[in-house]
Amino acid sequence: MPAIQSPGTEEIHPDVALVERAKSGDTAAFEQLVRQYERQIFRVAQHITQNREDAEDITQDAFLKAYEKLDQFQGNSKFSTWLVRIAVNESLMRLRKRKTSKTVSMDEDVQTEEGSIPRDFAEWRPNPEQIFDQNELGDILRKTIQGLPPGFRTVFTLRDIENLSTEETAEALGLSVPAVKSRLLRARLQLRERLSRYFGHKEGQPA
Amino acid sequence: MNCTDFLSQLTDYFDGQIPPELLEEVRAHLGECSHCRVVLNTTRQTIEVYRGNEIYDISDDLRERLHSAIMTKCLASKT
Ligand SMILES: [Zn+2]
Repeated sequence: MPAIQSPGTEEIHPDVALVERAKSGDTAAFEQLVRQYERQIFRVAQHITQNREDAEDITQDAFLKAYEKLDQFQGNSKFSTWLVRIAVNESLMRLRKRKTSKTVSMDEDVQTEEGSIPRDFAEWRPNPEQIFDQNELGDILRKTIQGLPPGFRTVFTLRDIENLSTEETAEALGLSVPAVKSRLLRARLQLRERLSRYFGHKEGQPA
Repeated sequence: MNCTDFLSQLTDYFDGQIPPELLEEVRAHLGECSHCRVVLNTTRQTIEVYRGNEIYDISDDLRERLHSAIMTKCLASKT
């Protein structure tokens, strides 16, 4: 979990200088920013859309948008958070296009009660890594996160997989901090519930 | 504190953001409720298993291809 920053030790993020250079037309500086974040942006896009081709397109579009709008980046937030926000918007737009009629937004699926009340109370012993090999585990994790509503999936991805702080996640998604917290809890509990089907073993039951 | 109260504190508990008075109540509940202990442990494991296994990592090939595509698009846009 992210550490709480101690006051007075706030350093200027190295991206600030790169962004300044990029703004003044230094393409090598921009290219360095691309190198730094292309992996992360691709991962975020793939987590949200669950589609590799879409994720490739979104990664390209997100950086292109960032490049074109660089002048509008104020530096109130981290460059990476700003970039993630662009990628999230592109990803949600892509999902909306795919699901022709159904709207996809950060506000939907808040009504789902699933996972808000835990039902499975089996410990995961031994650890999932000890039961399944890498491939099996990857399949289970992908299948499970795919089943989450996009809004929950997105919050979980930014906060727990990409390690953004709650505040950064809120900023990237245009949500309030309480809204992020409630979605995060629901996302974690739903995933936990679903993964328990694979990983949970009642006491005395063979693994 | 009951199980619902405990759940509402779970996120702050992971973040170490629970005020000391409340933390005592949370710990007391954990001490007496095995269900919430399991939920706490397995939720933590849920986060760890996703963090520890990059399920959508990008191959070096794809990354290079993507990188050139990004740079080509960007440079072409500023003409
Ligand atoms: Zn309880």
